[in-house]
Amino acid sequence: MKILVFIKLVPDLVEELSIDPNGTALDTTWMRMIINEFDDHALEQAILLKEKQTADVIVIAPDVEGVDEVLFTALAKGADQVIKLTGDFSNANNHAFARAFTPYINNIQPDLILTGVQANSDIDGSIGPLIAACQNQPFIGYVSGVILEDKRAIVRKEYPGGVIAEMSVSLPAVLGIQSAEQPPRYVAVSKVRQVMKTANIEEHQFDAIDISGSPKTNRMFQPETSTHAEMIEGNPDEIADRLVSVFKEKGIL
Amino acid sequence: MSRDIFVLIEHNQGQVSEISYIMLAAGRDLAIAQGSQVIAILFGNQAENLAQNLSADKLLYVNHPALEDFTQDAYLITISEIIKSRQPGVVLFGNTTIGSDLAGAVSISLDLDLASSCKYFTSDGKVVSQICGGKIMVESNFSFTTTLITMLPGGYKPELGQSDHPPAIENITPPSLENLRIKNINFIQPESSDIDISKEPILVSIGRGIQTQDNVELAEELAEALGGVICASRPVIDQGWLPTSRLVGKSGKQVKAKLYIAIGISGAPEHVEAITGSETIIAINTDPKAPIFDIATYGTEADLFDLVEILTHRINQAKGNR
Amino acid sequence: MLYNDLKSILVIIALLVAGGVFCLRVYRLLWVNLRRGQPSGKFKQWGERIKGIFVYVLAQFRLFRFRFSGIAHFFIFWGFLTLSLTILQAIIEGLLSFTNPQFVLPFFGTFGPFAFLQDLFAVFVIIAVGYGLIMRLFINPERYKGSHKNQGVMVLLFIATIMVSLLVMNGIRQNLGTDPVARQWRPISNIVGGLFNRVSIDSQEIIEQVAYWIHLIIVLIFLTELPGGKHFHVITSVPAVLLRNLEQPGKLPPAVEINNDIGISKVEQFRWRQMLDFYTCTECGRCQDVCPAYNSGLPLSPKLLMMNLRDNLMERGSALSNNSKQEILEKSLLEEIITEQVIWSCTTCFACDQECPLFIEHVTPIVDMRRHLVIEGQIDTELQDALSNLGRYGNSFGQSERTRAKWTQSFEVPIKDARREPVEYLWFLGDYASYSPAVADVTTKIAEVFYKTNIDFGILYDSERNAGNDVRRVGEEGLYEMLVEKNMQTLGKCNYQTIVTSDPHTYNTLINEYPWEGHRPTILHYSELLLKLITSGQLKFSKRLGNNVTYHDPCYLGRYNGIYDAPRRVIEATGCQLVEMPRHRDKALCCGAGGGRIWMAEKIIKERPSESRIREAVGLEKVTDFIVTCPKDITMFRDAVKTTGNEDKIIVKDLIELVHEALLN
Repeated sequence: MKILVFIKLVPDLVEELSIDPNGTALDTTWMRMIINEFDDHALEQAILLKEKQTADVIVIAPDVEGVDEVLFTALAKGADQVIKLTGDFSNANNHAFARAFTPYINNIQPDLILTGVQANSDIDGSIGPLIAACQNQPFIGYVSGVILEDKRAIVRKEYPGGVIAEMSVSLPAVLGIQSAEQPPRYVAVSKVRQVMKTANIEEHQFDAIDISGSPKTNRMFQPETSTHAEMIEGNPDEIADRLVSVFKEKGIL
Repeated sequence: MSRDIFVLIEHNQGQVSEISYIMLAAGRDLAIAQGSQVIAILFGNQAENLAQNLSADKLLYVNHPALEDFTQDAYLITISEIIKSRQPGVVLFGNTTIGSDLAGAVSISLDLDLASSCKYFTSDGKVVSQICGGKIMVESNFSFTTTLITMLPGGYKPELGQSDHPPAIENITPPSLENLRIKNINFIQPESSDIDISKEPILVSIGRGIQTQDNVELAEELAEALGGVICASRPVIDQGWLPTSRLVGKSGKQVKAKLYIAIGISGAPEHVEAITGSETIIAINTDPKAPIFDIATYGTEADLFDLVEILTHRINQAKGNR
Repeated sequence: MLYNDLKSILVIIALLVAGGVFCLRVYRLLWVNLRRGQPSGKFKQWGERIKGIFVYVLAQFRLFRFRFSGIAHFFIFWGFLTLSLTILQAIIEGLLSFTNPQFVLPFFGTFGPFAFLQDLFAVFVIIAVGYGLIMRLFINPERYKGSHKNQGVMVLLFIATIMVSLLVMNGIRQNLGTDPVARQWRPISNIVGGLFNRVSIDSQEIIEQVAYWIHLIIVLIFLTELPGGKHFHVITSVPAVLLRNLEQPGKLPPAVEINNDIGISKVEQFRWRQMLDFYTCTECGRCQDVCPAYNSGLPLSPKLLMMNLRDNLMERGSALSNNSKQEILEKSLLEEIITEQVIWSCTTCFACDQECPLFIEHVTPIVDMRRHLVIEGQIDTELQDALSNLGRYGNSFGQSERTRAKWTQSFEVPIKDARREPVEYLWFLGDYASYSPAVADVTTKIAEVFYKTNIDFGILYDSERNAGNDVRRVGEEGLYEMLVEKNMQTLGKCNYQTIVTSDPHTYNTLINEYPWEGHRPTILHYSELLLKLITSGQLKFSKRLGNNVTYHDPCYLGRYNGIYDAPRRVIEATGCQLVEMPRHRDKALCCGAGGGRIWMAEKIIKERPSESRIREAVGLEKVTDFIVTCPKDITMFRDAVKTTGNEDKIIVKDLIELVHEALLN
């Protein structure tokens, strides 16, 4: 069984985000890139599947600042092979990645491709369905549970209202992971450092990126919020008093 | 190529989901600006009745047993056929468990542009999308060929996508749907023994800021004092501190409470989209920049660990004084 | 064969059997296992070590922290030493009985005053044993819970029997005139002997020999019982005290690494010196009594931890030697024997290590086991989140490092950037002082006091990272090293004379564990700096506050680093009246936040340690202020005041608040 996991790094929303002087892209000066939370879940799901049955987990990520640590961490968690795609990704979008990805999928011929259901930087759709369509493979997203069988996967797909659809999909297929069956595991720093000393990240250069499929961005801006909450100030007692009078006004008390 | 606006109607277990009405309302705006039509697209099995209150100029209906419930491959084949033959100007999908699975695949296979997470369209015909947890907006142009859009709720009122007059239905012959690779096995409903939070008027909701399971008690006491129930955003449910029936958000319930108190919730889009229908929203969060304050009616930066207990106490006092 | 010949033979046999059993047990239980243990480094400072024998063994110094038990044990111990010569007498008397049945030890056997001392000690020992039996059988204090009661009672009875049989023996010898010591030197023996006056001489001789045999045999049985039980400390206490850890308490040893496996997951992986600790545990339970985790209903008892490690070591030791009992070898130390719940309950407050009369280390084995759990990723999600945040942002709050110095924005004067300009005092704040909204006012007040006192200080702004003290105590050694690297790099580029910190945890690791390579700067806790400024006159108060206050000694300032007086003197200088809580100085009760506990889910069943502490403070008459000198104490105790409903009785203040108030014009 070969499981391929595609990982992207996305801006860390803990930091303040700003737009670059051109107004069409994010200002990368203070931006920290971290692993897309859903891709982390996809990796965790892949490792869980590997622990249940014999499988090889191969992780691919595009080369952005911080990707080395992410890939070494993936190895420390139990991935068998990690590949870094090098090139100029400054203008790349998900369509470009999906297409660049295709030769590797054709080489590796995985039984299952896992990736996060979405990423906070997506502007041209999430990457899972794009990869699937490039490969002419079926796709199921918003997945929160996977059982692998020989020729198919049984997955749990989330619908609103807490409804879950239990579905089967024939392999090879692509899944967009919402959450792994357990939260992504912790790897001790010393373990990652140990891996850094002994293991290798395979690098593959690719030159052409085809970004067609995404409309051109005119501008990026920070939302002007026309509304904002009426802020209540003071010490907790004063705030509590104010809120109680609001409740009274609204007929709740 | 026409300038019609196609809207793919989303439904599950016999219910049209709210995003469909929001898309119809958005489509209506676009259609008026461009002088074109809104055409709803409905796939299903004996599901024509779902078209009853859709506000559209026309409905294209495809009937096939394989389309009874959503599967990405069956829907992909069908919608691709329709888009190829009809060549609309815009196709609206929900940015949901249905629409998001589909739109990207259509984009690649038909070589069409896709703009996702769209919040609204500007009056001069631009697409405005929301990324980075709602912190950044992206404005883009429609393409010259068919543009695919996935839409988020919040930009349009669902009521504007509803109508008393059902649209005229045109039946479309389904394409060949053989050898499908995805099958629905069954649907699992959430535990119904618990309360349905979407019907509760007073909700006290907790998020990551509550920090540990022991603190959930603080919110429970507040809810009790107010005569309401507690619910939570995703991080709390993922930890298992409350059952999934209490999840408020994109994958959980949409709520329209009279009073919604958000404690330690930052206001990520997936959560916000599920609470905008509430009357009074009160947000307690120490981060003044938390997006929840943009949609809350009242807000305070006080530390929840200082405020909630005192508030509960005051409420009980006020009740006792009557 | 005459009785006396038989006596010699029997004594030889008894000695050989008892001696043989004893040596075999020591070999199998102790020696074999200690040999498997990891190396424990060189032992230095022999002067200090030998001094320890005098203070802690001979003078029984730490025993008196529990006064009456301490007195009782003092007498039992000294009784044993003084009366050990009677055992020697009995043995040699027995061996030589075939030629010289009336053998007496030269000098000691005939020296009157010494005999008098022995007689007195025999009585004291019996009284002490009586006290012990009352404690074990009737009073049964909490600290005995889990200890082997039967063993304890049995040995007390042994000791009593040994004493009684000795008195009977000597009493009858006095009666018969066969005791070389004059009557007046054996008052007690004579009283006992008086009980047998009416008995015929022949009978008395028989009783004397019976008493002799009882005396000897019980001693020999006691000897064989020693290894592997709570009384092994009779033998191991001397090496334990001699080889005790003389490093600073706040300095953890490096991680054990065996075949690329970090931390300890099997009991035989411990250092041999730690194994000696497991054997030395007397099961007295004093550590359990002072443990904040145990007393709040968590499953950790330092005593039971030692006992379980000891038992597991012995069990596995024999299974490994015989290559048998696979089930024993398969049982996991961390998951089944000690359990993860116990391992994570510890706040590393050091009260157990402080209390233990034999310097047994409880905290270090716990950290060693945590190190393994962390490597295996077997940690709760809350702790995981905190560690991930520390790794990514350098603080446990999950906030950007760029907002670390956000608090300075509201400060009236710009604060010097120690990275850019030389400063005299480099103020290393710590995460809580920088990020916690609950502590923000305290941080500002410290800055204000520094500013008003005209001291030249600066901070590291967003280059500061968590100093790593609690990261290390949680067992994430790699993350600790990473934080240390970053901090040392930043500090290396700065020009400063002294580091001052308001966080005792930060203080502890900076002063004890950071790799200064012999160039350690002066590091002060801010209470020490304040005292220095007060003494030099640079900090002058404009008024005397009259508050009645009590002071809480933080674990990492007090027990770990011996700083008890500086904060007290600062309090007094502000004109406040200090009233001590019953548990003060090295007996202070931990607030419960240390050892990474503040990053874990609470799960407490009984009373939180912080609540118990507040109740203790409220119990002091007239005290209105609860003074702390640690930012985590502020959070924990302010919370506890609310949850115990004592808001109108006591208020939690940082030391700086008193200073600030006394400084105001």
